Amino acid sequence: MIELQQVNKWYGEHHVLKDVNLEVARGEVVVVCGPSGSGKSTLIRTINRLEAIGNGKILVDGDDVHAKSTNINRLRQKIGFVFQQFNLFPHMSVLDNVLYAPVNILKQPRAQATELARSLLERVGLADKVKAFPGSLSGGQQQRVAIARALALKPPVMLFDEPTSALDPEMVGEVLQVMKSLARDGMTMVCVTHEMGFARDVCDRVIFMDGGVILESATPEEFFSAPKTPRAQRFLADVIGH
Amino acid sequence: MLEILQDFWLQLLIGQYPKGPLGGLVMTLILAVCGLLASLPVAVLLAIARVSPYRWVARSAAVFVNCVRGMPLLMLIFWSYFVLPKLTGFSLSGFWTLLAALVIYESAYLSEVVRSGIEALPRGQIEASRSLGVGYWTTMRKVVLPQALFNVLPSMTSQFVSTIKETSLGYVISVNELTFAANQVNNMLLTKPLQVFGLLALIYFIVCFSMSRALRSLEWRVRRARAMV
Repeated sequence: MIELQQVNKWYGEHHVLKDVNLEVARGEVVVVCGPSGSGKSTLIRTINRLEAIGNGKILVDGDDVHAKSTNINRLRQKIGFVFQQFNLFPHMSVLDNVLYAPVNILKQPRAQATELARSLLERVGLADKVKAFPGSLSGGQQQRVAIARALALKPPVMLFDEPTSALDPEMVGEVLQVMKSLARDGMTMVCVTHEMGFARDVCDRVIFMDGGVILESATPEEFFSAPKTPRAQRFLADVIGH
Repeated sequence: MLEILQDFWLQLLIGQYPKGPLGGLVMTLILAVCGLLASLPVAVLLAIARVSPYRWVARSAAVFVNCVRGMPLLMLIFWSYFVLPKLTGFSLSGFWTLLAALVIYESAYLSEVVRSGIEALPRGQIEASRSLGVGYWTTMRKVVLPQALFNVLPSMTSQFVSTIKETSLGYVISVNELTFAANQVNNMLLTKPLQVFGLLALIYFIVCFSMSRALRSLEWRVRRARAMV
C-alpha cells in the first residue's frame, strides 16, 4: 500500500532521511518511534508530500507521490493525515470541519454529506458536539474531530503525526481508543508516536529510527523484548524505565 | 453651531440636491462605501499576489504597492484629474476621478494589512486543508482568507476610517462632498468659520467613530459565537 524506496532528504547540509526503505501492506498498522530529531515526523510528512524529498521514490497505492505528473490533490484524498496540533479550522463548527472535504472536493450537497459526517462524529464519540466550535473543545475532543475530518473521504490510508503529544495525559486514552478501533477495522495506518502501550497492543510492526536511518523494523514482541541495536535498547530504557 | 445646523442641515446632508448635484454627507458616504467595496477585493487580490509562490507575480504586486505608498494621495488625485484625460483622451467626472484615486491608494494600503493577516496564519491551517486534497484556491477562499480577514479586522477598521476622511480631498477637484458643502456654507455666512468647520469636524467624527464601534461589536459577536474568547 505504501512503499518508500531509497528515500533521501536534506535540509541544507543536514541529511534528515538517509536511504529510507519501507513497505507497509494493506491493513497493516505500523508505529514509527525514535528520539526527537530522528526524522520520523519528516518521514511521515513525505508520504503525502507535505515535505518534498531529495531523491528516491514513494508509492502510495501504486501512485508515485513525488512525481510531477501525479495529481497530488487526488492522491491526498486517499491519505488521511492527523497532526500533532489538530489544526482544526477555528472559524467552522465541528460539523463543518468534517464536511469540509466532502463538500469542497466531492461537491456533495450538504444534506447528503451531513449524514456521513454525523456518523463519523458518532464513531469518535462526539455526536453531541456537532454545533460546537473547536475553541470550546478540549484537546482530546479536538483531536477526535480531526480524525473524523480526515476520515470523511474514506481514505484507505491514515497517517498520524504524534497525535497525542500535545494532549494532557488524561486525554491521551480517548484518542488512542479511536485509533485502536480504526486499526481493528483494518485501516492501513502509519503512526509516529511515543505511546509504547499503543505500539505493544495494537500495531503489527514497530519501526525504530535514529539520525534519519531506520535502525529496526520488528514485530512489537521482538522489539520490546529483544531490541537488536544498542540505540533502541537505550531508547526503550528511557521511555519505559520511569 | 446649533443654528448653523438648523439652517443648513439639508445642504450639509445632501448638498444642492434635488435642484443641483447630490453632495454633502450623503455624497461622502457614497464615495466612502464605493471606495471600500471596490478597494477590498483589489486589496485581497494584491495580497494573494504578494504571497504567491510565483516570484514574478509577488514582485509585480510589491512594486505596485510600494509605488502607491510612496505617493501622497493628493498628488494621485491631481494626477488622475489632469493627466489621465490627456493620456486617454476622454475626461472623467470629479466623482469617478476621486473614486479611482481612492481605490488605487486604499487597495495598496489594505493589501499590506491583508497580507500580514495571511502570513500570520499558522502553517498548520493550510497544511490541514491541503492534506485533505483541497486545492490552493479553495484553501485560500475557505480557510485562509476568512480567518486572515477576520484577524486583521481592527487594522482594516483604521484603514476604512481613513478612507472616509480621505474623501474630503475631493474638495480640491470640486467633488460635491461634505467638506465642499461645509465650505459653501462658510462662504455664505462669512463670519463663522470656527463654528462651521467645528461642525464639520464633529460630523466626520460621528461617522468615523460609529463605523469603528460597529465593526468592533461585530468582531466581538463573531468571537463569542465561535468560542474564541
